[in-house]
Amino acid sequence: MRLIAIRNILILSAFSILAYTSWRCTSSRADDTSIPDVVDYNYHIRPILSDRCFKCHGPDANKREANLRLDTPEGAYAAFKDNAKAHAIVPGNPDASELMARITAKDTSQRMPPMKSNLTLSPHEIELLEKWIEQGAKYKPHWAFIAPKSPEIPEADASWVRNPIDHFTYAKMKEKGLSPSDEADKERLLKRVCFDLTGLPPSLEMQDRFLKDSSPKAYEKIVDELLANKHYGEKMATYWLDVARYADSHGYQDDGLRTMWPWRDWVIHAFNSNYSYSKFLTWQLAGDLIPHATKEMVLATGFNRNHKITQEGGVIDEEYRVEYVNDRTSTFGKAFLALTFECSKCHDHKYDPISQKDYYSTYAFFNQVPEKGLFGTIDASFADPPNIKITSQEVSSILKFINKRDTAAVEVMVMKDSSNWRPTFVLNRGNYDAHGEPVGVGIPKSILPFSPQKYGKNRLGLAKWLVDDQNPLTARVFVNRVWFQFFGRGIVKTLGDFGMQGELPTHPELLDWLAVDFKSHHWNIKRLVKQIVTSATYRQSSSITSSHIKVDPDNVYLSHAPRLRIPAENVRDHVLASADILNPEIGGPSIKPYQPKGIWEVASSGRGSLMTYIQDHRQDLYRRGMYVFIKRTVPPPSMLIFDASNRDQCEVQRGRTNTPLQALVMMNDPHVSESSRVLAENMAKLKLPVDEVLSQVFRKIVCRKPQAKELAILKKYMEAEQLEFQQKPAKIKQLMKVGEYQKNQALSNPFTAALMQTIQMIYNMEETLMRV
Amino acid sequence: MENEFFKNRLNITRRHFFGKAAAGIGGLALGSLLIPKIWKGDGTDVSSSPLGLAQYAPKAKRIIYLCQNGAPSQYETFDYKPLLTKMMGQDLPESIRGGQRLTGMTASQTKFPLMGSYYNFRQHGQSGAYISDLLPNIAKIADDICIVRTMNTDAINHDPALTFLQTGAQVGNRPSMGAWMSYGLGSENKNLPAFCVLLSRGRGNGQGVYSKLWTNGFLDSTHQGVVFSSSEDPILYLNDAEGIDKQDRRRMLDHLAELNQLGFDESGDPEIQAKVQQYEMAYRMQTAVPELTDLSKEPDHIIKMYGPDCLVPGTYAANALLARKLSESGVRFVQLYHQGWDSHGNLPNEMGMQAQDVDRASAALITDLKQRGLLDETLVIWGGEFGRTNYCQGNFTPDNYGRDHHPRAYSIFMAGGGTKPGTVYGETDEFGYNVAKDPVNIHDFHATVLHLMGINHEQLTYKHLGRRYRLTDVSGNVIPGLLA
Repeated sequence: MRLIAIRNILILSAFSILAYTSWRCTSSRADDTSIPDVVDYNYHIRPILSDRCFKCHGPDANKREANLRLDTPEGAYAAFKDNAKAHAIVPGNPDASELMARITAKDTSQRMPPMKSNLTLSPHEIELLEKWIEQGAKYKPHWAFIAPKSPEIPEADASWVRNPIDHFTYAKMKEKGLSPSDEADKERLLKRVCFDLTGLPPSLEMQDRFLKDSSPKAYEKIVDELLANKHYGEKMATYWLDVARYADSHGYQDDGLRTMWPWRDWVIHAFNSNYSYSKFLTWQLAGDLIPHATKEMVLATGFNRNHKITQEGGVIDEEYRVEYVNDRTSTFGKAFLALTFECSKCHDHKYDPISQKDYYSTYAFFNQVPEKGLFGTIDASFADPPNIKITSQEVSSILKFINKRDTAAVEVMVMKDSSNWRPTFVLNRGNYDAHGEPVGVGIPKSILPFSPQKYGKNRLGLAKWLVDDQNPLTARVFVNRVWFQFFGRGIVKTLGDFGMQGELPTHPELLDWLAVDFKSHHWNIKRLVKQIVTSATYRQSSSITSSHIKVDPDNVYLSHAPRLRIPAENVRDHVLASADILNPEIGGPSIKPYQPKGIWEVASSGRGSLMTYIQDHRQDLYRRGMYVFIKRTVPPPSMLIFDASNRDQCEVQRGRTNTPLQALVMMNDPHVSESSRVLAENMAKLKLPVDEVLSQVFRKIVCRKPQAKELAILKKYMEAEQLEFQQKPAKIKQLMKVGEYQKNQALSNPFTAALMQTIQMIYNMEETLMRV
Repeated sequence: MENEFFKNRLNITRRHFFGKAAAGIGGLALGSLLIPKIWKGDGTDVSSSPLGLAQYAPKAKRIIYLCQNGAPSQYETFDYKPLLTKMMGQDLPESIRGGQRLTGMTASQTKFPLMGSYYNFRQHGQSGAYISDLLPNIAKIADDICIVRTMNTDAINHDPALTFLQTGAQVGNRPSMGAWMSYGLGSENKNLPAFCVLLSRGRGNGQGVYSKLWTNGFLDSTHQGVVFSSSEDPILYLNDAEGIDKQDRRRMLDHLAELNQLGFDESGDPEIQAKVQQYEMAYRMQTAVPELTDLSKEPDHIIKMYGPDCLVPGTYAANALLARKLSESGVRFVQLYHQGWDSHGNLPNEMGMQAQDVDRASAALITDLKQRGLLDETLVIWGGEFGRTNYCQGNFTPDNYGRDHHPRAYSIFMAGGGTKPGTVYGETDEFGYNVAKDPVNIHDFHATVLHLMGINHEQLTYKHLGRRYRLTDVSGNVIPGLLA
């Protein structure tokens, strides 16, 4: 009875999610519908004005309607050109403000926003605007463009908090009438932190060790162990590879092979060596320009050559060269600043203070590469110039982190500036051949003015500008993304947009505290990560109660840990690792595991070395998910089905869906069946009692001990399967032939087959793929 | 009524899932497939989903897009230009070319000799539309189709032009038409994806296809096109392994559901129940999809109509027939790609082979839909990503020549779904090089297609990184002349 009651509550709660969502979508992003005593421009007003008004009354000078701009006080307070007595906003006097008259007009031809925009203002938003004008209509600079200052750490329950992070989250919870959840049980906490830090499940040995360790430092010891684990670098790198749009093919139609994987090996190395974020970004942006640059520094600049490159015969060279520069420019904006620079390619930005001229001034930094739009058609090159050759000798001496498996030198695309400065022009409407006025180098000045004298007039200067202590964005953007990796949601939810249209931070003080603390500790990434995963906030249980769903269905205020499905690559890693067949090798050329037949072939133009899919064998079949070959025009299907990036462009946030195709992968991908078979064979060999066998495989896969009820279901299923195989022994062979991993014929019996089925069922459990 | 249904689609879905959920088993599969973001409560613009969209009664409910990948020449198909034959070998006047940029393949040509069609043209049907002898079966249904001779695009290379045609932007990871339809209108069939993709390759010069053509872009990945393959697994990972039959799978799912229920009781996460429903949908797909893709049970007269190739999996004809079956079963958007139209040389021969693959089955599909009473509600689109030049590339003989890419004017046709049958829309100049009257650019084309589906193209938006995106980007006008 109790269960039923709880369920009903949850069903009701599910409905409240809907209600909440639809409400949120039509109103501003302010927290609630009450009207605050003091209406704040940044938190209450700008989100409304930006979203509904700036498109026609904002920074874009060419599309400004009625010559009115509302994004600056001068514009909003000014007298109308055609009626000197009227003003859009009269501070302190809503009744005299034309803006109020227009947004409340009954006549739809007069009302703003206009009908045809399909945008509306809610009564609550109108009330906010009115009160703001009443209180003087004070404008403020955009929060994200003001350099963060370390805020005061708020008071909190001393018995709960573990580090300053918790003070901030606790204060917010209290404000919203929430309280923190208990700490997660040890098994779940261990699974969580293992997946979050290495993308791999804890081994049985580790589970036992942690369960036994009752010292107060037990958890911290595990964290230190994981941070020192070489798989930490892989886990952190995977996210960065999306940002850097890393792939193993060139990307346009014929889509030939490229060899950027040594750059990928460097990223793993950089995280494992705990390079500071300032060094990490400087080397990638401008390693080639550092005085006496080492080969490693130059290799790191491959970051800016990961964009797609065409091999289509007949394209216009300059059109594509310009496209590559555009890609670098918008990647720079999104990756490091979380700004949508690309919106200013054809016109001034509609929402953010980035003019078209600004865009091309930043573009100029990336416009100096001696490169071609079309270097050659299919397979002309695996690494278009400029490039470097990496030899075996270098790998054995200075570039030890590169997993080069043969003696041939490997070529990698890198950055270089031409000796002659290539002049840059505004490109009208973004057209490659429509040169407008010439521009120098620069950055939108509202972020932080760029002085060529101070920083230097090249990409190295740009990197110096990024890590300038006064830069308001670099640290915030990065800590927000690291936060996202551990909580499934950024403090600023729009990881790629800190501009006017981006969401406001849910915990602004926490974001600033983290950013300042990060910078003042030399951009130390491992330290930041440790701070997060050792916080009480992170260590909470993920159980969801009805009050959670009622008060905070999106868990914005972190009163429990999130339940998150593990990323695509880690789905594969988990299956292979828990079956003990994972090949833990780091780096090297990407590998081609089992893949459904024909999917490269049917999409191919019939040209080039990647026309047909040639599957790998033996140990290469069992490499981690991040090494699965990414052919951009046909990305690996089991990865895409689990929301991996197609690496077409810089991506800072993957979707997280739940679809029937994912169920099909878990039921029928030979990798899952093969892992189930091998694990079944290995367990069967031990001749343990069934309960013990089932308990062990459950622990390997779900990472906790099964409850009695769960064990009973497993046994019931196992028995049913065993009976089935006894009655139809021919099925055993059919089932157990899956995969190339060595088979044990002696174990081809009903028990092992039934165990294999049971294991595969455990792989399909919802909890298996969740970090809970 | 139709309009009413359309307007309330989202409500129905919500009620559906709410009602079912109250009964213990969620209709969450459908609910989350339709509007996954609602379920996650992450603030997607609901005002831009179906609830706020309905503007017109939709004429079309479903689309079948027969994409002729590689760009078939308009001069050998639908745009009859006797002047080119008369002036054969003479240079294209510069006044006509008007500074049009050239691809790298003909940029070095010093002469642009005009080339007439190898294939003869005749007028067909009541409409008297000119269609070449290359397409005899399509010619027979001239009165059912709406030919557009003035399509034009911005791109001159395949990759950007196809990407533009399918997503409304030349570069960028924007959602494709099918993904927009899936997002805006959802699925009519809970056992099948809303957006299905079928691939085939002809014998002409191919240019490949790329998954970004059917990408969900920034939309949820549930809106991604699902590729149906001609292998034994029509959808990837669909079939159970050898040694597992339907009962085995059922047994596994029942035990799995018991385990997941325990998990739900403990953690309280509604996503767990959604997960259970996704497994149930997968199970239903395992039955529904093979039944659908099994073409062997089609009656003889249907096989005859599409031609014997339709029994060879992976051919255009088989895909055309499968497209009809999918569409009939409620798949919102079926996208075919047929490679091989990129005739830079040996054009008469290559187009001949392509037409053999495509002509009969394309016409059969339209006739088949008509006979079933489905053509009125199914929009069929036939055409490529750009046109070809009126002058010759490479060899110059009457029966062996080539044509380069041409963006300024080309021909496609549509049928059913509220388009005006027996119509020839738009005129090009005597040389066929420029639009003389009634241009239709790619954005106009998209706006018109959305209109036929009952959607105002300016209102089907999705807010991503601060901007509301549309299939039609920032322009596009519905073309009234194409509407019935």
